[in-house]
Amino acid sequence: MSGARTWATARRVLQQLGHDRRTVALLVLFPSVLMVLLRYVLDQPERFDRTGPALIGIFPFTIMFLVTSVVTLRERRDGTLERLMTMPLGRLDFLLGYALAFGLTALLQVGVVVLVTVAGLGLEVGGSVGLLVLVAALDALLGTALGLFTSAFARSEFQAVQFMPLVVMPQVFLCGLFVPREAMTPVLEAVSNVFPLSYAVEAVAAIAAGTDQNLVRDLGIVAAAALLALGLGAVTLRRKTA
Amino acid sequence: MDNLSATEVRGLRVTRGGREVLSGIDAQIRAGRITGLLGPSGSGKSTLIRAIVGVQRISAGSVTVLGHPAGAAVLRTQVGYAGQTAAVYPDLSVAENLRYFAAVRGDDPAEVQRVIDLVGLGGREKQLASRLSGGQLSRVSLAVALLGRSRLIVLDEPTVGLDPVLRAELWELFHRLAGQGVSLLVSSHAMDEAERCDELMLLREGRLLFHDTLARLLERTGEPDAERGFISLVGNMEVAA
Ligand SMILES: Nc1ncnc2c1ncn2[C@@H]1O[C@H](COP(=O)(O)OP(=O)(O)OP(=O)(O)O)[C@@H](O)[C@H]1O
Ligand SMILES: [Mg+2]
Repeated sequence: MSGARTWATARRVLQQLGHDRRTVALLVLFPSVLMVLLRYVLDQPERFDRTGPALIGIFPFTIMFLVTSVVTLRERRDGTLERLMTMPLGRLDFLLGYALAFGLTALLQVGVVVLVTVAGLGLEVGGSVGLLVLVAALDALLGTALGLFTSAFARSEFQAVQFMPLVVMPQVFLCGLFVPREAMTPVLEAVSNVFPLSYAVEAVAAIAAGTDQNLVRDLGIVAAAALLALGLGAVTLRRKTA
Repeated sequence: MDNLSATEVRGLRVTRGGREVLSGIDAQIRAGRITGLLGPSGSGKSTLIRAIVGVQRISAGSVTVLGHPAGAAVLRTQVGYAGQTAAVYPDLSVAENLRYFAAVRGDDPAEVQRVIDLVGLGGREKQLASRLSGGQLSRVSLAVALLGRSRLIVLDEPTVGLDPVLRAELWELFHRLAGQGVSLLVSSHAMDEAERCDELMLLREGRLLFHDTLARLLERTGEPDAERGFISLVGNMEVAA
């Protein structure tokens, strides 16, 4: 592993984004637009206060998962990954470079969505807003790590996009957004207990509610899940392929 | 292995998609020469090249490059590689692409401009790779392989889609590099390029039909050029079979 090569990779990914203004605009503004939409769909501030925080955790997770899956799939398909594997780039340099670039992007994305939701839409946040941004960015990192891992199993961009209903949707259904996790049948609750997004959403909700309940544990679990996914991603990244 | 060979391939077998694609290749690629790897489409040229740069899983045999097993960590700055497709980032400019690969290799940043000029793309540094013509794009990919003065440069069909003038210029460049002691392995299925190589390897259906100079090929087959020499070799094989 090398810091210089990790940073070179992160810078390269950010440069790619920089040339794609439309994607940047979508990444940074779209979650906020959805929040505004949701605020008016739910109509009542109390209902928005209940659902809003969970979505601050879910949007960056989902979007970064998708973006990462497609981008890394392209690296495999276009031969740039093969070329990098003939060069002195460590597998972790590659993965952490992506994580760093998308983590920074997520920070911007989440910063905007939190600003819009709190200042513009009047979401009540009991805890620290800065902490809320950091935790949501961590959720985005989890999405990136899962995207890096699952893209190894996709043969086409079409398949990569299909992983979204496969990997992301069940986690969204069971994370407590629609029904509190304690109110689910024991089987579903048990399943939701192994999904990392459940803890990500719980952490965001705890900060919004101003309680620190389980916060450290939840963050630890999200970070560990992201590291695990990165580790698995490193295993699927082979120098020699068939 | 003597120090005259840049690459030594022994009993190499590769299976891809359930089929044996290389069926026992033995070859020595000599240092400081241009070796042309010729053969029809699907004969296994790209697969052999991938094995030499260490990204191809092999089922038997060995590939030794500059004294190390193919793909060894020490080789990663000594072997330059450009695959058959232009493996560059379409959404980066020419210079950004090269700067990234140079950073990954740990090359001097001055290398970027040097290789851009070598492939005749001076003045297009800021252009996005996706806005280049096909031939320009493949030259960006070639430029990446020239970074950092590698000892072995492996190019998979680098001249496809280029006009005759540009092709001649690139072959001149390859000869200059060979003159400086760099070993080159260049694949092609344009038989007229055989004349520009110091040595030829003719591959057919995963087997090496011939590996020597063009003069020896013509002498052996009694034909006037590489193309007819190759056809005659294939014909003899079929008669013998
Ligand atoms: N990714 C792959 N999976 C399975 N089989 C493959 C794969 N790539 C190539 N092959 C098969 O391996 C054989 C050799 O392919 P290779 O690409 O090495 O040929 P080539 O000589 O480079 O051909 P061309 O001149 O068309 O580039 C072909 O029969 C091809 O179908
Ligand atoms: Mg080929």
